[in-house]
Amino acid sequence: MISDLISMNGYGAYVWSAFAFTLISFSSLYFIIKLQLKKEQKRFEENFSALTEEKYNVAISQEIYREILKNSSAKI
Amino acid sequence: MFEYFNPYRIFKINSNLQKIVFFCFIIVLSIGLLEALFLSPEDYLQKDSVRIMYVHVPSAWISVGIFSLIAILSLSVFLFKNKNLILISKSLAPSGMLFTLIALVTGSIWGKPTWGTWWAWDARITSMLILFILYVLYILTFRIFEDHDKSNKISSIIAIIGAINIPIIKFSVDWWNTLHQPASISLTEKSAIDSSMLIPLIIMTAAFALFSFLIFLMKYNTELIKVKNKGLKRL
Repeated sequence: MISDLISMNGYGAYVWSAFAFTLISFSSLYFIIKLQLKKEQKRFEENFSALTEEKYNVAISQEIYREILKNSSAKI
Repeated sequence: MFEYFNPYRIFKINSNLQKIVFFCFIIVLSIGLLEALFLSPEDYLQKDSVRIMYVHVPSAWISVGIFSLIAILSLSVFLFKNKNLILISKSLAPSGMLFTLIALVTGSIWGKPTWGTWWAWDARITSMLILFILYVLYILTFRIFEDHDKSNKISSIIAIIGAINIPIIKFSVDWWNTLHQPASISLTEKSAIDSSMLIPLIIMTAAFALFSFLIFLMKYNTELIKVKNKGLKRL
């Protein structure tokens, strides 16, 4: 029965390769985008930590900066 | 209206939505794969090779849908001068490009047992290849030009001019003699596909749409943090 599922009446190589290509492409794009997101978050945390007190107060008063920090792993 | 396109609002929703969308995607994809690979019947003529349809057709639909959306957003950028729309279109492009590639590759794999060839310069396949090139050009524009105004303008022009290709993809099977069959599914008429095949096709389309939405959410946040990183340096 398993060999029937794999061979799919002789079309197995075509069917499985099409599905494998799709799933590998999904995983690759997901991990690439996730990596880019982590990288940008890390860069943001570094830049934020380097701010002077005056600039920090200006930045932290803006909702968008607070929201990005809330989603980052670092506690600043 | 553009209050809804406020970056802070989108970022906040995005961050909360990502896990939910990922979870829904995994569930819908699992059901879709089970249906597509094991439960749906084989075709009387194409036998089991018809199962490739469940990845090929949704990919083609979504790639065309995303490019149409990018073209509409790009036109809106010119009309309303809202830069956040560029960020939205830029975030849609990677999944659109990936789905075009999947449609081309799986179409080629399906073509071998069905038509006896991996590739043919058929009107539908050629117009899909042009769509892939348009996606590549669109994405490359942001990498090539460092001047944001210039890259925004050029990418928008690519998307608007590229929109001409959308009706060509859709109607190529009616306008020319191609290897592809005419559309089997219509929103206005009864579908030519039996429900035993139509249901898995709809489930797989939903899974693919969820995936592109997930990638959009992640990419949008990445691009917005990138913009805000530059803003921090200018403070």
